[in-house]
Formats: sequence, structure tokens, C-alpha cells
Amino acid sequence: MSSMQDSREAAMIGRRTDGTTVRRPLSPHLQVYDMLQMSSFSSILNRITGVVWSFGILLVVYWLLALALGPETYATARAAFAHPIGQLVLVGMTVAAWYHTLAGLRHINWDIGRGFSIPAMYRSGWAVFIGTAVLSIITWLPAIPGAVEFITAQINANL
Amino acid sequence: MAEFKLPANSTVGRGKTFKAEKGAKKVKSFKIYRWDPDTGANPTQDTYEVDLDKCGPMVLDALIKIKNEVDTTLTFRRSCREGICGSCAMNIDGLNTLACLKPIEDVKGDCKISPLPHLPVVKDLVPDLSQLYAQYRSIEPWLQTDTAAPPDEERKQSKEERAQLDGMWECILCFCCSTSCPSYWWNGDRYLGPAILLQAYRWIADSRDEATGQRLDNLEDPFRLYRCHTIMNCTRTCPKGLNPAEAIGKIKQMMVERQG
Repeated sequence: MSSMQDSREAAMIGRRTDGTTVRRPLSPHLQVYDMLQMSSFSSILNRITGVVWSFGILLVVYWLLALALGPETYATARAAFAHPIGQLVLVGMTVAAWYHTLAGLRHINWDIGRGFSIPAMYRSGWAVFIGTAVLSIITWLPAIPGAVEFITAQINANL
Repeated sequence: MAEFKLPANSTVGRGKTFKAEKGAKKVKSFKIYRWDPDTGANPTQDTYEVDLDKCGPMVLDALIKIKNEVDTTLTFRRSCREGICGSCAMNIDGLNTLACLKPIEDVKGDCKISPLPHLPVVKDLVPDLSQLYAQYRSIEPWLQTDTAAPPDEERKQSKEERAQLDGMWECILCFCCSTSCPSYWWNGDRYLGPAILLQAYRWIADSRDEATGQRLDNLEDPFRLYRCHTIMNCTRTCPKGLNPAEAIGKIKQMMVERQG
């Protein structure tokens, strides 16, 4: 903390009644603020899903690479994605990708100067949440019967 | 780099409890952030039990009652008690607002009060606002012209031109919005924040001002303007019902438009 990294550092030094200096505390921020309100919650979720989906793109690259390298590597990739954990990861990626896409549309709407009122902000926020759920379910619709079958089989095997 | 945790000297410890008088029927606890530079110790959260039957309706009324009757060392800024001076801006129940405009009955459970977030604390609920004032100075918030003023009258505006300033002239610079903005918390050394950008747009939108180009040049910067990620905490928290996020959006649009 020897060199000053941040101009705000100057205001961190205060004085006591006797004139000696004292280091001021920083007032609480994340610790007290309501971060679960629509405005900040939908924003931080957009950041998180963006990071998650960046890793999702790596999975897409892996899949294409496996396809290009021939039938054997492709079979390995297919097996990895078909594994229950692989399937769970893919479901997570789908949710992240849909959320990030819809939240991106919400941002384009703001960027053309619309939807800045508080009721509009809540409406578009809920639309993104509900849209993410609906589109994720539609994306995985063909896989749902198989998943139900798999889970039933697991339960029966453990009984 | 964003530092999510508070520094070691800023974590809040348990404080004293001041019980309500005996026989009080309608008791509410106010949990208030305290820090005294003379002790040098970490901040604490003191609890004051207040009899609401003997207290005014607003959070500021409770603070004044505590200072007058229970603990004279409690320190906070206040002046007009009607939402026009902006002095009593603080974090109440997780959102920034003016204590004089916040009804106590709107707060469910204990009423937690702390200074405006992510600022250096001078004492108790009084934060240091010098960075915000310096940033306000940096946008040169006064009328700038090249042409000479009419010799015997003021510079006139049409009703429509004057209406462009509605929603901006009402700002009282309480800084509830800037200190509600996570981007301002992490980048406040270089990002101007919603309050200052709303004021920047107030002068850009003024039909009498002739420095629009220079004003936009000054904001054309990855940090000063573009650290706004349209989180909308600013508009959500403004005690005057103004819309800093929309004003920032309009500046961003002008930046695109002037590139042709």
C-alpha cells in the first residue's frame, strides 16, 4: 500500500480531535445493499452467465475439433456429453446462453433509448427470467422422455 | 480491481444497546452504524430502541429523537427535513434514500442505517463527499457560450427547450444514486457515476449552452462515461424519482450520432 493506486485514497485519511491523523473506514457496500433487487440481480446474473457461456464456447470448439479429428475422438466426445454429468453441464450452459442472449436484447433496447422507467425495467427483467425458463425447456424438450426414463431406472435400481 | 470485502479497519463489530423506557408500547429497534475517529477502533452497530408513540413518522425524526434524548454523540447531516437539501442521504434498510422522506413504517423489522456506501467515513453517518464534488467540478456545471449575450435581455428559451431540462434540474446532489452503483463502487476513481453524468447531460441538453462538443469530448472515455453498464440501481434508488440511467443512455446515443 505504499504507492497510491486510486485517487480516492486521499480521502481515506482523517483527523482526530487532537489533530493527529487516523485512517478512516470505508462504509459498507455489498454488506448492506439490497443486491437481490431486480436492477442489480439481473445485471450480475448477466455478467455471470457471460463468463459461464464463454466456457460453453470452449465446449463447442472441443465438439467441432473431435468431429474433425475422426470417428474415434468423436465417439469419446459423444460419450462425455452423454454422461449424466455431461448432460447436466450442457443444461447449465443452455440456461446461461439463453439468459445472456435475452439480457443482451434487453440491453439493446436500452441502447436505443427505450425501457428506462422503473416499471419497464421490472417488466423486461421478468420477461428475461421467464423467457430463459421457457426457451431452456423447449431446447431440451426432445431429451426429457429419455431423462425421465434414466431417472426412473436409477430409482428402481436403488430400491 | 474490485474489492468485494471491507478493509480490516472497516468491518463492523457489535455495539451498545440503548433500551427503550419502561412502559413503552410501540418499540422499534434502530441499528445504526457508528464510528468515532477519536477511539481509533473499528466501526460498530449500536442498537437504539425508540418508542414510536413518542416519535415523528420519518426515519430522520427517530435520528433526531435519539440525538436529543438518548445519545448526543450520534452524528449525521440534516437540514431541511423536506427532501430539498439532500443532506440526510444514507443507506436505510438496504437502499439509499433521504432519511427525511423515508417513513419508519415502510421498514419491516429492525431499521438498519449506515452511511452512503463505499465512501470514506468522517464520523458515524457522515461520509466524505469530496471525490464526488471534485468530479462535479470536472464537468464544468455552468453555462458556456461563444456568442455574446443579447445586450438588454437574458438568453431566451422556448417552452419546449426549457422542458428538455425537466427531470434534471430537480436533482439535489444527495448522491444516493452514485453510491448505489456497483460500478461506481469499483471504479469511482475514474468513472463519474450517475449523479455527475445526469448533471453533465443537464448542460448538454441546455439549448443556451454552446459547449456541447467539448462536453461530449470530455466524456468520450472508457471510464468517465462507459463504466455505466445500465444496472439501473441509480434510478431505482433516487429519492426524487429522477432517471440518471436514462440521461446516461442519452449521452451514449449522442456519442454514436455525432460519429455520423
